[in-house]
Amino acid sequence: MSALGIVGGVVQPLAVVAGSPVLVGMMRQVRARLEGRAGPGIAQPWRDLRKLFGKEPIAPRGTGVVFRAAPYALVATTLVVSFVAPLATVDSPLDPVADLFAVVALLTAGTVALALAGLDTGTAFGGMGASREMTIVALVEPTLLVAVFALSVPVGSTNLAAIVSSTLRDPARAISPASLLAAVALVIVIVAETGRLPVDNPSTHLELTMVHEAMVLEYAGPDLALVELASAMRLGVFLALLANLFVPWGIATTAGPFAVLGGVLALAVKVVVLGLALAVGEVFLAKLRLFRVPELLAGSFLLALLAVAASFFLA
Amino acid sequence: MSETTYVQLLYLACGGLLLTSVLMLWRRELAVLIRVFAVQGFALAVIAGLAALHHGGIELGAVAVGILVLRVGILPWLLRRAVAAVGPASRETRPLVNVAASLLVAAVLTLLAYAVSRPLVELAPAAATSAIPIGVAVVLIGFFVLITRRRAPSQLVGFLLMDNGITAVGLLTTAGVALTVELGVALDVLLAVLVLQILTGRMRETFGDTDVAELRELHD
Repeated sequence: MSALGIVGGVVQPLAVVAGSPVLVGMMRQVRARLEGRAGPGIAQPWRDLRKLFGKEPIAPRGTGVVFRAAPYALVATTLVVSFVAPLATVDSPLDPVADLFAVVALLTAGTVALALAGLDTGTAFGGMGASREMTIVALVEPTLLVAVFALSVPVGSTNLAAIVSSTLRDPARAISPASLLAAVALVIVIVAETGRLPVDNPSTHLELTMVHEAMVLEYAGPDLALVELASAMRLGVFLALLANLFVPWGIATTAGPFAVLGGVLALAVKVVVLGLALAVGEVFLAKLRLFRVPELLAGSFLLALLAVAASFFLA
Repeated sequence: MSETTYVQLLYLACGGLLLTSVLMLWRRELAVLIRVFAVQGFALAVIAGLAALHHGGIELGAVAVGILVLRVGILPWLLRRAVAAVGPASRETRPLVNVAASLLVAAVLTLLAYAVSRPLVELAPAAATSAIPIGVAVVLIGFFVLITRRRAPSQLVGFLLMDNGITAVGLLTTAGVALTVELGVALDVLLAVLVLQILTGRMRETFGDTDVAELRELHD
């Protein structure tokens, strides 16, 4: 465990928790402006969270421990990922956990916890949302693994920090065909996993096509606040991972205060640019029919597989 | 141009080749398919141009220009005319295998291409020859498009995809065939497209559709 790792372990979770709601607010604001609305301002998610945290906790009758534990599991897994993954600093306090498989498994564990909570409510919407989410996750998880695996082949290690620092040393690797194919595949699965258009519409309630909102429909008060915060954090973590795997420049490699500050700033800039691009793209997209979603995800899986194949035979 | 830039650009063009052939399986609209086909032709021309720069052959340069004119200019134009002629009803392909399954088949075909072209690569290991599996994969994907599409225009796209793959393998293995051979192949492809275009037109006149299943029965 190095000094840089400890600094990263403190700074990264703080940055992710504080920054993610602002990121969501910014994306909503951009969408609102592009659609000709005034928009609530970028701090609105934080105001919502403060309001929700101030309410008394209520759970629907008939729900069990799964329903109550799910928001905590979701937040906890995301926090662990933001603690270990190379977001602002290349080193991590728990280096073995910064492994590709561990990080993807942690993120998927959060999704599964929420889907179980959706089933636990016993309502039609919860079950429907959970079944849809599982359909999507079953295709998203292998794609995530295979796409990042394509990047780890030339490095010879599945440690995310090792992948990032090797791209830092050898910038030409960022435009190899394997890396480009993996980037396209990752963008598609991240859009699907974080519940954005065209897979899921993040701004609808009570609509027959929704996925994420259907699962969290029964939550209220602090629990809902945790779920909202966790989904914002997941979006932030996914975008940060995407940015650092392909464009790692600016990430802190030494433990000096300026290097760490620069790392956090670079992280913020990269995530904001990606988030804005996502928000602008969403304005021009319509939601895909649910039965077309597996097609999209199968395509991204194929691209990830081709990335692995290309990293083997074009090396 | 240094060796590493050459290798990198070559691999990038090969990646483009593979990506565009996957997109042809993925998308349904014929207009989009034709645009993707033009992009693929450009990637192929880049491969030929890189080979010309690397080996310093004027003939190869001429081949690259020929590929650019034929596959980015003439063939997409002919295809666009064929699609415009068949009318709005046939502007979307109707694959026999659904898209998700055919994408997975494409994954298997790519791995198969890698497996079968290993001996070819081992004959003369070099930067260009190690990209042969991509050319073979494009041939196989093109063949798959050819046999799983119902309508004549989309089968034409599959045929041209296959031909792109064959040309790519030729360029990557031998660093360019003789100009006369390349010219003969190009004329052959052009002729095949023209003949198939006329066939498509006749089919539409006779049956009102371009579904090749109509050709199974004898009509008076």
